[in-house]
Amino acid sequence: MHREKIDRIITEHRQFLDQFNHHVFVCSGLGCPRNDEIRRALERAVQTQHLQDAVLIRKVGCMGLCSAGPLVLIQPQELMYQGVQPEDAEEIIASLGKSPIQRLLLPADLAFFTRQHKNVLRLSGRIDPESLPDYLVAGGYQALLKTLATLQPPDILRSIQDSGLRGRGGAGYPTGLKWATVAKAQGSPKYLICNADEGDPGAFMDRSLLESTPHAILEGMIMAAYAVGASQGFIYIRAEYPLAVQRLKRVIRDAEQNNLLGHSICGSNLNFHIQIRLGAGAFVCGEETALIRSIEGKRGLPRPRPPYPAEKGLWGCPTLINNVETYANIPPLITHGPEWCANLGTDKSRGTKVFALTGRVRHTGLIEVPMGMRLREIVDDIGGGLTEGHTLKAVQTGGPSGGCIPAALLDTPVSYESLNELGSIMGSGGMIVIDETSSMVDIVTYFMAFCRDESCGKCTPCRVGTAQIHNLLIKFQNHRATMADLEMLEWLCDLLKNTSLCGLGQSAPNPVLSALRFFRREFLDCIATEQAHEEVKP
Amino acid sequence: MKKLRLATLWLDGCSGCHMSLLDADERLLELTAFFDIVYSPLVDVKQFPEKVDITCIEGPISSPEDERLLAEVRKRTRLLVAMGDCAVTGNIPAMRNIEGAPAMLQNIYTGQELLQPQVPGTDIPILNDKALPIHHFVPVDLFIPGCPPSADTLFTTLTALVKGETDQIPLPACFGA
Amino acid sequence: MTTPILTLTIDGKEVSGLATETILQVARENGFSIPTLCWLEGLTSVGSCRLCMVELRGSTALHPACITLIQEGMTVTTSSERLLRYRRAIIELLFSERNHACAVCVVNGHCELQSLAQQLGLDHISFPGLYPALPVDASHSRFVMDHNRCILCTRCVRVCSEIEGAHTWDVKDRGIRSRIVADLDTPWGDSTTCTGCGKCVHVCPTGALFEKGKSVAEMFKKPPALPYLKATRAQEV
Repeated sequence: MHREKIDRIITEHRQFLDQFNHHVFVCSGLGCPRNDEIRRALERAVQTQHLQDAVLIRKVGCMGLCSAGPLVLIQPQELMYQGVQPEDAEEIIASLGKSPIQRLLLPADLAFFTRQHKNVLRLSGRIDPESLPDYLVAGGYQALLKTLATLQPPDILRSIQDSGLRGRGGAGYPTGLKWATVAKAQGSPKYLICNADEGDPGAFMDRSLLESTPHAILEGMIMAAYAVGASQGFIYIRAEYPLAVQRLKRVIRDAEQNNLLGHSICGSNLNFHIQIRLGAGAFVCGEETALIRSIEGKRGLPRPRPPYPAEKGLWGCPTLINNVETYANIPPLITHGPEWCANLGTDKSRGTKVFALTGRVRHTGLIEVPMGMRLREIVDDIGGGLTEGHTLKAVQTGGPSGGCIPAALLDTPVSYESLNELGSIMGSGGMIVIDETSSMVDIVTYFMAFCRDESCGKCTPCRVGTAQIHNLLIKFQNHRATMADLEMLEWLCDLLKNTSLCGLGQSAPNPVLSALRFFRREFLDCIATEQAHEEVKP
Repeated sequence: MKKLRLATLWLDGCSGCHMSLLDADERLLELTAFFDIVYSPLVDVKQFPEKVDITCIEGPISSPEDERLLAEVRKRTRLLVAMGDCAVTGNIPAMRNIEGAPAMLQNIYTGQELLQPQVPGTDIPILNDKALPIHHFVPVDLFIPGCPPSADTLFTTLTALVKGETDQIPLPACFGA
Repeated sequence: MTTPILTLTIDGKEVSGLATETILQVARENGFSIPTLCWLEGLTSVGSCRLCMVELRGSTALHPACITLIQEGMTVTTSSERLLRYRRAIIELLFSERNHACAVCVVNGHCELQSLAQQLGLDHISFPGLYPALPVDASHSRFVMDHNRCILCTRCVRVCSEIEGAHTWDVKDRGIRSRIVADLDTPWGDSTTCTGCGKCVHVCPTGALFEKGKSVAEMFKKPPALPYLKATRAQEV
């Protein structure tokens, strides 16, 4: 019954799309300047050139190459125009079906696109984020329908476990294990949370996913709810992402109206509702226990674990909490089977990972690569190398909880283990390329200021320690530090790492420790004594 | 046995620690058996001498003059002792650090109804913005907290130092009390 | 169902405790002293001061004793050189955070922070003082809140919310700017929720909360018998 309704929507929408000779896709992300104007200018151009029956202008999600944005994609020819301005609209529409506009054209074989392996981003920039028919035509919700019709919760749990998928929020906890724990946990009701409180400076993976393919996140959440037996879901998203919030509201309503959410979803016995909760912008609310308290309407403070949310989470009930990208991984994983994910990536880090590639590379933007790809390939091939006249110094991953990988270690494969070994972390996916003009002391001072401001203030080491470390780093910046300051800096980092209550404080020293490990020289140069020079000699 | 050369220095403290030392009363005579007091507010010596064995400092560092003197003292002293809370933590003089020296001087010398409201001139040492404990400037060998440390504490410490026990002196003292 | 009794080793001594007990409870019952500041018997444990961290065999991480439940066969170390170093550093951080001049504090001689520093053999503070400019709220007719002495242990917040049921106190802002506030950051004297019971004053480990009109020698804190209060109330219900 329901299947037929979905099939009818797909057929009708496909017929509608097929009427047009050309589809013109315009990026509609929050970060792309003037893309709304460009879309309107293109629509006007279609009108003035009387091509309403032949050309369809569509707003789509992020196409990835933000540095060349705003991007316009012409289908079915797969022509991509970069740096489009509203003034180019008439010319673009006039050129449809004729030879492409060379001055705007991006090379079709650009390594930025060809070297990626798109999985969760496969529909990003290819469909209208707010259109349910678009998502359905692209194969969306098929995994959910298959799940509800043919799979039992234990089957899904086994698939997720077999796939080796690990949490994409940063810590890399095995997703299958987490789900199985919640499924097994005693207590009712069970809750499900999507953590969309992305807060790392330089990271925009979750925002882009939510803006580009919000239905895919819902689909992943619904399947998770079915697997663990949750009846109520929450998407905790920061209020600084208004477009993502607006789109989520829209797609939740559409899904509810089409019985993809709500009571007896698609005629099954699954009842699942999703509500949106806005975060007020506290970084610490991305920590799961703080996030849970925030949803409960309390001050966003982390609490010690155990008990873990899987046992005692929201209002003391078993709660599954995963990051946006983790949920986005679920539908393709169920569609293609666990082996497909397991065959991608490295032994312990399976599948693909989305990164926000920023900093001093030629091509910045949103990328997705198989785990295990070497940093060098990401920087040199996908990123197109450094901007003219600059040399690579380091790549920073994991934001304020991560560290830097120096240029000499660029052959490191991107996986949870290899990055940890170097004192950095995978994190949620921020990747900042640093060149020789940046001082590591400045960079770590910036991150420490961030941690000091974002510490919740609950536990002593994080509250006072981040402030003390920041003050010390300022002494280094001002070249007024001593060897004793360096010693104190290392001692405080050790203290925070070992005694802080939550991940924020425990990982706040990571950028400093990592910089001290690979760029100690820069810190010693800020110490103007003979002692420092002696330490450098051996 | 050769007597040790002892100096005591009075910086930005209230002299309470020195008073406490004098409270050792007749035991001071015992101390003179071990020490020559070569520099102190209690004796009339103008220049800080060379080759001092032990210097006990009262008060925090509050002016460039204090800083200069401290550097000289550290150079000429084998064992530097921070005597009392002011030298150890900054204590009461450091309470002005909250608003800084200029604001404090304004507040105290002009902020109230005085006959001649005026901030002291330049003929006395200019105050540093903050009063800071001495270990922020030079390495300190021994800390004796207390406001003031009791005569017993000071006597115990000095006699222990004579015996060369610098590491494990059992001090009953704590901050404040 | 009866609560299982578990055996464990604390600092080499075999001890036993109920499965519902924390390491801190069992350790104290058996005469081991673990320093605490935020923890107070009768209030919920928040594990925030990080003084009671202990080592567990088989785990590289440190665990707060006040909220970690005992487990069968657990081997706990409550004081090692490493733990003592961390504890001293945490006390030092607290001293450096605000303006703790013990000599002129109302609770000089009866202060938990001061005596912990002495117990841990702290003779100076290695970290530079932050010297924040903080207000003293003397608007209440009987009590004073001096933010210069506050260590944000939140005992006052918890006793007011959990025992008195008034929830006058809470914390505003975050990180190093965190501050205890009455109601929605109004002067304490203007608070419409404060019952004037004084429990917050007596659970405060430092001189942050004190009674007006008492001299230093009189300013003893008398933490109310919270577990007893709770037990009698439970019987009434």
